[in-house]
Amino acid sequence: MSVHGIDTGKIHEASASVLRDAHLQDAYKSSTLRLYTERLHAIESVPGFERLRQRGRALKREVIEHLDEYASQFADGVEHNGGKVHWALTGEEVCSIVLKIVKDADATEVVKAKTMVGEEVGLNHYLESAGIRGIESDLGELIVQLADERPAHIVAPAIHKTRQDVSNLFVKHFQSEKTEEPERLTAIARRALRECFARARVGLSGANFAVAETGSIVLVENEGNIRFSTTAPRVHIALIGVEKIIPRFEDLAVFLRLLPRSGTGQKLTAYTSILTGPRRSGEDGPEEMHVLLIDNGRVEMLADEKMREALYCIRCGACLNACPVYRKIGGHAYGWVYSGPIGALVTPSLVGLGTARELPFASSLCGACREVCPVQINIPDLLLHLRGKSQDLPPVAKPAGAPVSERGSMRFWAFVMLRPWLYSFGSSLARLGQRLYARNQWIRKLPVYPASQWTDGRDFPALAKRTFRKRWKHL
Amino acid sequence: MAPSRPRVSLFITCLGDQFFPEVGEAAVKVLRRLGVEVTFNPAQTCCGQPAFNTGYRQEARAVARRVLDIFEDAEYIVAPSGSCTTMVRVFYPELFSDDPALEAKAKKLGERLFEFSEFLVKVMKVTDVGASFPHRVTYHDSCHLLRELKIESEPRALLHAVRGLDMVEMQDFKLCCGFGGTFSVKFPEVSVAMGEDKLQAAIQSGAEYLVANDSGCLMHLAGLIHRKSLPVRTLHLAELLAAQE
Repeated sequence: MSVHGIDTGKIHEASASVLRDAHLQDAYKSSTLRLYTERLHAIESVPGFERLRQRGRALKREVIEHLDEYASQFADGVEHNGGKVHWALTGEEVCSIVLKIVKDADATEVVKAKTMVGEEVGLNHYLESAGIRGIESDLGELIVQLADERPAHIVAPAIHKTRQDVSNLFVKHFQSEKTEEPERLTAIARRALRECFARARVGLSGANFAVAETGSIVLVENEGNIRFSTTAPRVHIALIGVEKIIPRFEDLAVFLRLLPRSGTGQKLTAYTSILTGPRRSGEDGPEEMHVLLIDNGRVEMLADEKMREALYCIRCGACLNACPVYRKIGGHAYGWVYSGPIGALVTPSLVGLGTARELPFASSLCGACREVCPVQINIPDLLLHLRGKSQDLPPVAKPAGAPVSERGSMRFWAFVMLRPWLYSFGSSLARLGQRLYARNQWIRKLPVYPASQWTDGRDFPALAKRTFRKRWKHL
Repeated sequence: MAPSRPRVSLFITCLGDQFFPEVGEAAVKVLRRLGVEVTFNPAQTCCGQPAFNTGYRQEARAVARRVLDIFEDAEYIVAPSGSCTTMVRVFYPELFSDDPALEAKAKKLGERLFEFSEFLVKVMKVTDVGASFPHRVTYHDSCHLLRELKIESEPRALLHAVRGLDMVEMQDFKLCCGFGGTFSVKFPEVSVAMGEDKLQAAIQSGAEYLVANDSGCLMHLAGLIHRKSLPVRTLHLAELLAAQE
């Protein structure tokens, strides 16, 4: 699996290989269950958590419906505070703006705090090919960077790595002692990172929230590396997807209660940083603060009235932890930066539905995601919406072994279902046909794709000897 | 108050008609036991969910359009499936949202259409339907029933009133079984893996029977049980409530 390309088309192969990997199965199962359970405990202590979710949703809706106004208000605020705002329409623009800032600062290294939008635009790769080293300072991000992988989870990038995996990576890259004690592993990472913090001229972060009213950037974390990356270097660059904006400072009272509880099951993360402009005289902090306001496909999402709702997402990862499909196939199988239910929504919108058309189908539509979403995004409904849109695209080639295309079979199905006489006739015919396959009312192998996909892993019941409608006459 | 002699038009569902007629028979038996007058309109075929679930809205709409007409005059409509009830009550209005007349018709139908356990508890106001079933049973919440229709306590109340029945809950009982309609053939390995987890939980609970209200989930789980010879059986709630062992 490539770290740089888009592999959304390989979801079937990738899922199958994760399912066969007992090590990964254990890692995903135990980590997601732990996060899921801790979230449940954390919300118990908040009376009216449902009302808080409604409020969070209403606030995000307000911003998304008036994004142009709130974005300019935020940008004005940043400039007013002494920061510099850069509008970036595409991923390439993000990368080239960052590179220019880094070069202007005479830097050859950038200390990076966790940023998903940075992953989205392929920043590390871009900087690397320009001779700039991007050093991940988030422990999870560092681990996946050393492993040359993508984050496997929105908030826990190395969720699929065990202590042993981490130990092996550290031995290989830092020539460290071999240990599986979490404290010692953290100490190894800290030693490696402190040096970088001390010498780096440029620090780069994402943002959890951008407050329109004050032009502030809000970052939550547990390791302290974000505070380091955003305050120690002379220059701070913040990458912010435009959907991260919230209206007022006081709205943090809602979101700071929603995010950590939903994401990691914490009442509050260990560090919450609110950055309002670069240093003022007599203060610590960066001399320059650059804020990139990034579109990269978001405005197009806004154009689809239904998909707009996916922009409410505050990237807590709760839907991944709750999703029975994510628990089985993990993050990388989704083939790009965002995974799980929200990834299945966001990825097709950002990389194109044609490229990622399989993703909306990678869900049993069970709705566990919607149940935990802190801003109540109706994820199953949006997945259904994308499924509908994907059938408006030019059809894909029919799979090997399929007698007709999916569209053809659905048309045929509707043709039959609209004609009860044909439905009855067809069902009698099928009863004759199944004699070749059924034994004791079970079928072990169905001959035709996609039905054959069913019997690869389970038996299929034979049609009942007599339909209900026939039996009804004697009831 | 429950209506004195309610008239129910049975929405048998395509799976119920073709694969599991005994579920429909059991539903009829239970309803009649409670004094309900049951009718069946043979013009019915399918609710349209397979197409809707896969994104073929035009095809789904054509099939759904017929359902609106078939049950137009029925007092109550009862379906032994949470998923088909969801299709009508939740997704039909969405499917017809661009046509106010059809949308209104869909909403009206959704108000008169009930899932089997929901009808018994909410409309008939009964929990004890005179069943006896001396076995250990666990209940699987099918996802549409649980999360779209919010029906969680009704089937459990019915089970608790069954004579001789020993009810146990599975671990992670709200977790999807992996059926998911066409998901089951689009992502068969994932679907099977999820089903295996569900059945492990059922077996660990010590139950002889896993009971649910959706033939889709049950078909998927029973297929896995049969393939792997697992020590648990599936049963539709209607069949259990018809039993008087």
